[in-house]
Amino acid sequence: MSQLGQVVGILRKLNEEYQISTPKKLKLIDAYLVYVLLTGIIQFAYCLLVGTFPFNSFLSGFISTVGCFILAASLRIQLNKANQSTFNVTPERAFADFVFAHIILHLVVMNFIG
Amino acid sequence: MTTVNDNSSEYITNSSSSSSAGLKSLITVIILICVCISGFISRLFSIIRFESVIHEFDPWFNYRSTVYMTDNGFYNFLNWFDDLAWYPLGRIVGGTVFPGLMVTSGAIHWFFHMINIPIHIREICVFLAPIFSGLTALATYLLTKELWSKRAGLFAAAFIAIAPGYSSRSVAGSYDNEAIAIFALIFTYYLWIRSIKTGSIFWSSCTALSYFYMVSAWGGYVFIINLIPVHVGFLLLLGRYSLRLYVSYSIFYILGLILSMQIPFVGFQPVRTSEHMIAAGIFILLQAYTFFDYLYNKLRYVRNIETIFFNLSVIISIIVFAIVVLLTYTGYIAPWSGRFYSLWDTSYAAKHIPIIISVSEHQPTTWTSFFFDLHLLICLYPVGAWFCVKDLNDERVFILLYAVFASYFAGVMIRLMLTLTPCVCILAAIALSKTLDYYADAESSEMVSNFDDSVSICDETENDENNQDLDNNAENIDETDDDDQNFLTSNIKIIVVTCIAMMLLLFIVHCTWITATAYSSPSIVLVSYNSDGTRAIVDDYREAYYWLRQNTPEKARIMSWWDYGYQIAGMSNRTVLVDNNTWNNSHIALVGKAMASNETEAYKIMTMLDVDYILVIFGGVIGFSGDDINKFLWMVRIAEGEHPKDIKEKNYFNENKEYRVDKSGSPILFNCLMYKLCYYRFGELYTDSAQPSGFDRTRSVEIGHKNFDLEHVEEAYTSANWIVRIYRVKKLSNRFQAKDALEKSTSSLSEESFEKNHRKGVILNKPHVKKGTKKSIHRT
Repeated sequence: MSQLGQVVGILRKLNEEYQISTPKKLKLIDAYLVYVLLTGIIQFAYCLLVGTFPFNSFLSGFISTVGCFILAASLRIQLNKANQSTFNVTPERAFADFVFAHIILHLVVMNFIG
Repeated sequence: MTTVNDNSSEYITNSSSSSSAGLKSLITVIILICVCISGFISRLFSIIRFESVIHEFDPWFNYRSTVYMTDNGFYNFLNWFDDLAWYPLGRIVGGTVFPGLMVTSGAIHWFFHMINIPIHIREICVFLAPIFSGLTALATYLLTKELWSKRAGLFAAAFIAIAPGYSSRSVAGSYDNEAIAIFALIFTYYLWIRSIKTGSIFWSSCTALSYFYMVSAWGGYVFIINLIPVHVGFLLLLGRYSLRLYVSYSIFYILGLILSMQIPFVGFQPVRTSEHMIAAGIFILLQAYTFFDYLYNKLRYVRNIETIFFNLSVIISIIVFAIVVLLTYTGYIAPWSGRFYSLWDTSYAAKHIPIIISVSEHQPTTWTSFFFDLHLLICLYPVGAWFCVKDLNDERVFILLYAVFASYFAGVMIRLMLTLTPCVCILAAIALSKTLDYYADAESSEMVSNFDDSVSICDETENDENNQDLDNNAENIDETDDDDQNFLTSNIKIIVVTCIAMMLLLFIVHCTWITATAYSSPSIVLVSYNSDGTRAIVDDYREAYYWLRQNTPEKARIMSWWDYGYQIAGMSNRTVLVDNNTWNNSHIALVGKAMASNETEAYKIMTMLDVDYILVIFGGVIGFSGDDINKFLWMVRIAEGEHPKDIKEKNYFNENKEYRVDKSGSPILFNCLMYKLCYYRFGELYTDSAQPSGFDRTRSVEIGHKNFDLEHVEEAYTSANWIVRIYRVKKLSNRFQAKDALEKSTSSLSEESFEKNHRKGVILNKPHVKKGTKKSIHRT
């Protein structure tokens, strides 16, 4: 029980530190990430309930959510000032790359969704 | 004194660095242009000797598909149902072919016609491979530049341009998938290394796009989608995790996944087969690892946090692995397909799928072919690998993993020497470059050596700061080398450089000679040299295929062994039963059974399959060893796999368990269709004045069964040197054995002939006559 209390304490501390230390831009991206994650979970649950026909549409939609999640997470990582040393990229360039990858992703998703 | 020297060396560096950089880039461009031109020219031997014609077997199908695509458009090509092949089944070409090659040629053709250069599609197809070999050299230069330095890159480009291991599959006329696939492979690897080093979303997306091109080009894309996850896994194990790794692999995997499923032939395989599961597993593991890493950075103060996260990572990887195994067991995920499983268990194909093991390219590699294909490079290859191990960083882990896996695969199957060649070229270039960095530096004065050091340091800081430890190491080594340099005078260095130059010259001579003699034969035109050096061209194949094209009805169906299916469909434009795609083993086994049975049994199978003509290849007159009699045992084995009761391989050997066609051969062999078709009328021919008639020059024996007649087929055409023999299948006669019944009725009346007549019977469903009862017969 004390371990559970410990875990709850850690989570609360984590939440506090998160609220204080992350800038607004990153919090916005985090909210978008949560939204995309929920969309993906709903799609997967629907597929489990109803079945996988047509499979290409399910795959296309699910990979679209996973792709959006990954791209937004990568953007967040590149915009985070703490990671400036590992990445050699300006925030504007990071966003431009993000848009480029999204164009490719959505073109393919539109082609595959049938 | 040191300060003055430092200042002056800095001054020299600043003022001449711009002009030296300009000079270096000019030399680089000139060398790369020479490399591309030499790669192109060294592949043109067969064009110069014969003519611009498509070689071998598979390229004929690719050529026919490309012609169909340029005539009918891309969408009709994707939806093409080919009824000329695999009669009566047909083949869905759009869904069973990798379209990248045809699309590339079609795009070049469209572009040229758009700017009003009316170039024929055959020229584009023939010259596509040499042009792409130049692009491969450029891609290898870029990859090695990322791995080591520009100087090593130039060596690597020069090596891959002429290495026989690569040029064997990309001579002019060899219009096959490997022509563009190797370029796509190296270019994808270059983009992957670039995206790991920068961690940029743009480079990762470009890697995914290049991977898509590779998936459209060749079935060997499985190599990429397994090597890159293994690389990521090794980096995690070595503790070289970084956020750049996360960004680059996640984006590459997810974009590559959905892009690869756009090719109809690949379909849903990336989520359904074991070959792609490693990539998915590493993807999930990487997400979990990054999440834990993020939490770890936030929760540093909690005690034992490292062990908790380490255990969680291990637990998650075990769970993922267990889920994959469970899914494979229950059948949701298909197990490793036969082609790839036989790389792991090399005896699998021999026992279960004889058609895989019968292909000559799938045989294990002999050690001599390593030297034959790679000469000097295979000796420098371990040296380069060792240099990479000594100065390890993220991208050198990749090239080492590539080296290990490619070496194993090249040892298993001779066809996979092709994937080993770029790796060997890169590592040999690294070894040579590092050696020459030391020995070609002939002037050992301090000022010039400082200048060289600063230039080389400038070179390596063009890559990003993560090579800082490497630069520090380089500076440290160079400082200690200054003392070592005093031991070796410039004379010794010049001697070493001269020896290396001589070895490289020998390498060039070897590569050119090998490409000219061993790998430039078009297989469709054979040549032999007389004792006075003049050429005798054997053009039997084309002669026979064009006879078929001009003298047979359009809907005629040709039965031959599957090797020649693509050529017949391409050059004669006739329907074939089986071709090189070999997707239906039972159909091939039926054809094999027909070839291996006696004439009556074979006739039944041929009427069932509506065969009009049979084509066999026979090399006994000129000594050609790639003919059907030499391939015959494979036909028997494949037929035995499907019809074990009717065909048994041991029946075709003689008493000494040998496969012989002379007098000691087995009678079943003498009566089978293949033997009869190959040796019909051969018994009357004198091939060698010193030998008896019917002397087979390929097997060097006199054949055992001569002067026989054919019952159900008749000879239609035999080419000039008897290489291609075409037979027409006779239709069912009007009255079954009417000739025999007439002959027998004029024979003397005796008990035995009575019984014989009644037993033969020309009436079907005739009521059975009890023995001994006389029947009165009118005799004329």
